[in-house]
Amino acid sequence: MKKTIMTVGLATAGLVALGGQAQAATLDDVRDAGQLRCGVSTGLPGFSQPDSDGNWTGIDVDTCRAVAAAVLGDAEAVEFVPLTAAERFTALQSGEIDMLSRNTTWTTTRDASLGLNFTGTNYYDGQGFLIDEALGIDSAEQLDGAAVCVQAGTTTELNLADYFRANDMEFEAVVVDSSEASAQAFDNNRCDVLTSDTSQLAALRTQLSDPDGAVILPEVISKEPLGPVVRQGDDEWFNVVKWVLFGQINAEEYGISSANVDEMLESDNPNVARILGTEGNMGEILGLDDDFMVDVLTQIGNYGEMFERNVGPNTPIGLSRGVNELWTEGGILYAPPFR
Amino acid sequence: MAMHQPQPDLPPPVAERGALKWLRENLFSTWYNSVLTIVVGYWLLSTLIPLIDWAFISAVFSGDGPEACAPGAACWVFVQQRLGFFIYGFYPDELWWRPNLVFALFALAVVPQFLPIAAAIRKWLAIFGLTGLPVAAYFLIAGGHFGLESVDTSRWGGLMLTLILAYVGIIAALPIGTLLALGRRSEMPIIRGICVVFIEFWRAVPLITILFMASVMLPLFLPEGVTFDKLLRALVGITLFQSAYMAEVVRGGLQAIPKGQYEAAEALGLGYWRRMRLIILPQALKIVIPGIANTIISLFKDTTLVLIIGLFDLLGAVKSTLSDPAWDNVMAEGYLFVAFCFWVFCFGMSRYSHRLEKNLDTGHRS
Repeated sequence: MKKTIMTVGLATAGLVALGGQAQAATLDDVRDAGQLRCGVSTGLPGFSQPDSDGNWTGIDVDTCRAVAAAVLGDAEAVEFVPLTAAERFTALQSGEIDMLSRNTTWTTTRDASLGLNFTGTNYYDGQGFLIDEALGIDSAEQLDGAAVCVQAGTTTELNLADYFRANDMEFEAVVVDSSEASAQAFDNNRCDVLTSDTSQLAALRTQLSDPDGAVILPEVISKEPLGPVVRQGDDEWFNVVKWVLFGQINAEEYGISSANVDEMLESDNPNVARILGTEGNMGEILGLDDDFMVDVLTQIGNYGEMFERNVGPNTPIGLSRGVNELWTEGGILYAPPFR
Repeated sequence: MAMHQPQPDLPPPVAERGALKWLRENLFSTWYNSVLTIVVGYWLLSTLIPLIDWAFISAVFSGDGPEACAPGAACWVFVQQRLGFFIYGFYPDELWWRPNLVFALFALAVVPQFLPIAAAIRKWLAIFGLTGLPVAAYFLIAGGHFGLESVDTSRWGGLMLTLILAYVGIIAALPIGTLLALGRRSEMPIIRGICVVFIEFWRAVPLITILFMASVMLPLFLPEGVTFDKLLRALVGITLFQSAYMAEVVRGGLQAIPKGQYEAAEALGLGYWRRMRLIILPQALKIVIPGIANTIISLFKDTTLVLIIGLFDLLGAVKSTLSDPAWDNVMAEGYLFVAFCFWVFCFGMSRYSHRLEKNLDTGHRS
């Protein structure tokens, strides 16, 4: 009996050790595999969606590609794993993916209790309301008694309940399983109001049969910092994913883009030199090549380029930078310095 | 001598022949039938004509992008532009010949089953379809052997994935289900017990739950770093679920065989397996062909549920692109395309099962 217990104990310890090892070296795993496994959504315009050739596009997708460019030197070396909202954290915890970049809101519970770390914010979003113009409502505070379409299993659902409770109003939730289904439900008059992150409302509005008949109310009722997520307990990998995004934001701040990265290599601005690895050993201390940001910037570009290409005013989604503008331009995008 | 010359028969009165008679008898036989005919006819015409106009006459079938589409008409350009994605998912373009070859082999095994050619050839092609084809398809689509580039399952998608899920489900569920049905009627209590528990468990759980457990819960129980392929997990789930259904269908057939057949088989001195293989199962399976076809068709349609675990089958692939803001409102086109594909396959299976029933009918109906 004692022997059995010992054997079981040893086996468990062995498994734990094995698990620990597998967990601790994501950077090496990615290098060995030659590709980054990145969890994305199953189709969210501007964030992660397959285009007509089956290539993934979107700001979350570019965030993954930037990490692949930094680690492997090739932005195409990414295996995208489409995940539903319900299974995204399990996939990361179980090691099925190396990082999650799936318009995931950074909250205390998720950060503290799921064994995950949020590495930063690649889009500051907030929840808003889309209503039929014919209702004649111009503020969310007049929504008492409304039927509201909301996506299941999201922070949106919780914020909605909070907002109505705080304002002492009643509502009837019409819960649907995807953002696209919520647009359909709204279009078919199953609800008076559609609530989601404002970035999504803008995209969903284009899908309605009468886009001009729907308006987005001015209130933004929540903070939704969306960003990439990694497993807890692998600080080296956490740092890599974190600093690739910071690097892209810093690059925009110092005016380095995919177009001028070669000229900038000659720059004598010490900040630029440190970002591009011509000075200092920022790459080395992160476990990467010193010129990792050169790969990121030539293949993906800085944060601003990533934004403009996927959700900016010239795309069908047509979002303005808003709070996602750099801190120097009046926004809240602020990355710690490369030093 | 005057011969009686029969006059040629007069044609029946106009109202008693042809289309007019049919109309009178079937559509306008009483005043309320006439009213119904007119109301329903008006309703059909007023919906069908705009629908046909929308879907075919003013529809745009080819073009370069969303600009080619006209308002108020179907925009099949959307489907045309994304056809590659809908059929192959994320499978790399330059390797499409591999699934294409599998489709060709599949057609080789299936199409002759509908043609009037020698039964022996049909039989061998069917055996190839059930044994050689899945193996060949695995090596061709997954790659990694014989110098073929390996393609990860997360890149499989579209119609290809739907067919893989359905095909594997069908050819695995049928034998497993048959064994379970035999086990449930076995006289050995342990085997019977295991089969009853298996069937009752899997049949009582919704498929969505099984898929969710396989994709969300199972990885949590495995040690970190150990992962099974997501597609494999879904396939195992679908197979176990469908084999439980199949088992009950086959059991229905077994129960319909008169006791005399069992006794006669025993009297011939055959052992259990030969008795089943030579006498009981051929008769039992023949009886339940409609039930098997029913289960298989519903399995084929159930594969769309993998969409909730993030696998891009045909429906998932179409759905993921419907919200593309570059295209205005292409939901109807997308879903109609999916419905059409499913209808083609399900109708094909239904026809095949009818044909099989007719061919195997030995006229032993009492």
